[in-house]
Amino acid sequence: MGAWATRQRYLIDFAALSLWRHGARSLGLWLIYVLVVFVVASVILYGAAIRREANAVLDAAPDVVAQAMRMGRHEMSTGADIEKLRGLRGADRLEGRLWGYLYDTSAAANFTLQVPSGFDPRFRLERGEAIIGEGVARLRKVEAGKMLFLISPARRFLKLKVKQVLPLGSALVSSDLVLVGEADFRAFFDLPAGQYTDIAMRVRNPAEVGKIAEKSLLALPGHRMVTRADMRRTYEAIFSWREGVLVALLSGALLAFAILAFDKAAGLSAGERREIGILKAIGWDTGDVIGMKLWEGAVVSVGAFLAGTVAAYAHVFLFSAPLIEPVIKGWSTLFPRVTLTPTVDALQVATLGFFTVVPYLAAILVPIWRTASADPDRVMR
Amino acid sequence: MLELADVTKLYNQGRPNEVAAVRGVTLDIEAGKVTVLTGPSGSGKTTLLTLIGCLARPTTGRVRLNGEILSGLPEKFLADVRRRTFGFAFQRFNLIAGLSALDNVMLPAYPLGPPHRRLTARAMEMLANLGVDHRAATAVENLSGGEMQRVAIARALVNDPAIVIADEPTANLDGALVGQFLDIVATLKARGKTVLMTSHDGRISGAPVVDRVVAVADGRIAEAAA
Amino acid sequence: MILHPPILALVLASLIGCGLIAWASLFAWRLLARWDLASGAESQIALERRTYLVSTVMAFVMAMQIGALVLFVFNADRMAAMFVGAMCAVGTLNASVYGFPALYAKMAMFFAASLWLVADHVDGRGRDYPLTRFKYRLLLAIAPLALVEAGLSLAYFLDLKADTLTSCCGSLFTPNKDGIAAEMASFDAASALGLIAAALLLAGGTGLAAGSGRLPTGVLRVASLAHGAASLFVFGAALIAIVSALSLYVYEHPHHHCPFCILKREYGYVGFALYLPLFAGTALGAGGAMLRTLPLPASLNVALPSIAGGLARASVAAFALFAAVAAAIVWRSGLILIGG
Repeated sequence: MGAWATRQRYLIDFAALSLWRHGARSLGLWLIYVLVVFVVASVILYGAAIRREANAVLDAAPDVVAQAMRMGRHEMSTGADIEKLRGLRGADRLEGRLWGYLYDTSAAANFTLQVPSGFDPRFRLERGEAIIGEGVARLRKVEAGKMLFLISPARRFLKLKVKQVLPLGSALVSSDLVLVGEADFRAFFDLPAGQYTDIAMRVRNPAEVGKIAEKSLLALPGHRMVTRADMRRTYEAIFSWREGVLVALLSGALLAFAILAFDKAAGLSAGERREIGILKAIGWDTGDVIGMKLWEGAVVSVGAFLAGTVAAYAHVFLFSAPLIEPVIKGWSTLFPRVTLTPTVDALQVATLGFFTVVPYLAAILVPIWRTASADPDRVMR
Repeated sequence: MLELADVTKLYNQGRPNEVAAVRGVTLDIEAGKVTVLTGPSGSGKTTLLTLIGCLARPTTGRVRLNGEILSGLPEKFLADVRRRTFGFAFQRFNLIAGLSALDNVMLPAYPLGPPHRRLTARAMEMLANLGVDHRAATAVENLSGGEMQRVAIARALVNDPAIVIADEPTANLDGALVGQFLDIVATLKARGKTVLMTSHDGRISGAPVVDRVVAVADGRIAEAAA
Repeated sequence: MILHPPILALVLASLIGCGLIAWASLFAWRLLARWDLASGAESQIALERRTYLVSTVMAFVMAMQIGALVLFVFNADRMAAMFVGAMCAVGTLNASVYGFPALYAKMAMFFAASLWLVADHVDGRGRDYPLTRFKYRLLLAIAPLALVEAGLSLAYFLDLKADTLTSCCGSLFTPNKDGIAAEMASFDAASALGLIAAALLLAGGTGLAAGSGRLPTGVLRVASLAHGAASLFVFGAALIAIVSALSLYVYEHPHHHCPFCILKREYGYVGFALYLPLFAGTALGAGGAMLRTLPLPASLNVALPSIAGGLARASVAAFALFAAVAAAIVWRSGLILIGG
């Protein structure tokens, strides 16, 4: 055991010195390795963060939403529609929702105006009061207790006292949110009483969501029923597709990288080749050289992996992934301002390892062996 | 101690450019003696040296070390025998540039995994015996030719081999250094080591320390002088 | 197919692993036809050289398989969120008919590859590579398994769809249903714990006997074989104990019998602390026993018994770790199942 461990120590020692001496030659490959890890890690971290945020949005979403449709387009629902759904067994917290978008010219941004659910006592609002998201507060430079002024497309004016700014933790969900009371909302958008953007309900037993949606559709044939599971699946489909396209593109890059690594490992310099020959002549066997070379690969991999992952972490969570965001633009229209909550878990790290380190090591195995099985008598010829 | 029986070595076996570098050589190397293989270049003496030193396996024939047959051993075990039995000094020294003299001397012991402190002490001792310990931390490419050879010999001795093998040891040395080298050989012999060299340098084969000169020609032993 | 990075990583690993093993088994054919260690011919030397590559490749594949097995289960647990009705890995695995077969194939691959590595290690200690033929025949036997494993994994991942209705662990590991899972769950806690304790004692006793250097060769050999059998017994008993008792202690819930939920973050990933030593102990025990089923080659007279003994001791150590974790679970749990 002792001799085995010291032998490994010597091999690592030699591998590190060898990298030091010949490192400049493989620095280019190493930088590409870091870049590969960086790109793959960025996609994985960004994708996972977006999924998590989407799930956070959906966790708060109602189980079933009924939307009135007319000529295939979204229409307002009425109080009568709500009444038709009342009395559905298993449905709960049935209410009409009021929400809409407002392009705010002074901030040059879209705000979501919404009336909070009547079932949520945390967000009870008096007339002239508002609860706003962190992004709205930042853009309009207001804080709790200050006044917020909004102008509707019809030049209607709304003066609101900010009761609370929603905390940053839920930024993705609420950043662009302006919660106002129902009376203010209707007055501001000129919306008659008894009209609602859509209808939301909870279902007590999760296993009955499908059944309730079916029954709701029978009661309201002109509506479309969107269940939370539908939305989750739709998001999932969008993410999967985009991530799949990215990964498919990346797999080409990975293959190219593996070929490059293979080529680099196979094309040793004359100096290195001679060194291996010397080592074999003075008593190292093929296994020793393979061990040393694998340690070399491990050092290179660990270095590239750490550097690439740390860079990707900074890229995604500190700078909001400016380099890959354009590629994933579709996601950013779903989520207006994305400041992602930084989390990395073992699953992502393991996945990243499988995508980068495994192909690299697989690519260099054969060249390493070829190098290591040099004839020991070659240096004497 | 080391016997070769009817040993043949073919290169590029079965191909049109097949070469028989050594053909049917039978040779005994005696323990504690200094033997020199002489012969023109291309005569096969270096190949013979690689077969004796277990750097290569003979195509046919047997190599025995202290009665144990080595010729059928897989590379892994042959390498193990080699590093415990033989020390090698090469014509071009074959030191690894960029490493210090001390690191170079320690290299052959790495696969055996001795404790680091003991190995360092041993390597320093080898360098001191050859009078180059003051250069231990110097990168080998900054050493003079004579120092390089001493470091190379120190490296050959670090695993305390019974047999020291040197291939054309004086090819890259000038007159004064040849004398110094022969002094080292005499010291090794006095300490009971078996020394085996190839050389076509008359100053080596004619030196008084040499016990036996074997002439090699065309892959065979041409004559054996006592 | 769900294009999810861990899935793509697992597919990649399966394809690389399967490809490498396929290549290695082609080499195995050639080797079995031509291997002659006594020969100094270049073709024999080339074969010997290539065995270094095969050994390195197989060690790489093995390391990858272990990683893939852990990732597979870990990912299955995480993906449960995507399936209607899934709460943990069971739901994800149940979302396709290929799920559980793929898991079993991966487990089988783990054990097969570890046996191969044991054979490879021991073979390299004998001066005439005495186990080479056995080792490469074993490789040829493993190759179809690798193929099946890759095929099942691929089929499973291709078959997965996000909207699948699946059943959760609660409906699978329920005592009053049919099937192996239900039967495992219906074991009462006290007898399941008794069974695993007996199995561990048996494995410990045989393992210590097989690992002690002082017994006569014949006894050592019998002890090794017994330890191998006991290791398999521990493996089975441990799975029963986990389903019928240990998981209950982890969840502190008298009716939640799931062997996968214990892998979750909520329970401190305690499942990994149970399964890793269990798998390691079983593989080591089986490896030691496998060595003892072979006729002892002269060149391994010293090395083989010493390695087999070492494997038995390591196996006992791994089982001891398993036992310690299991005992800690029962000790620290707020649930009282027996004699309460």
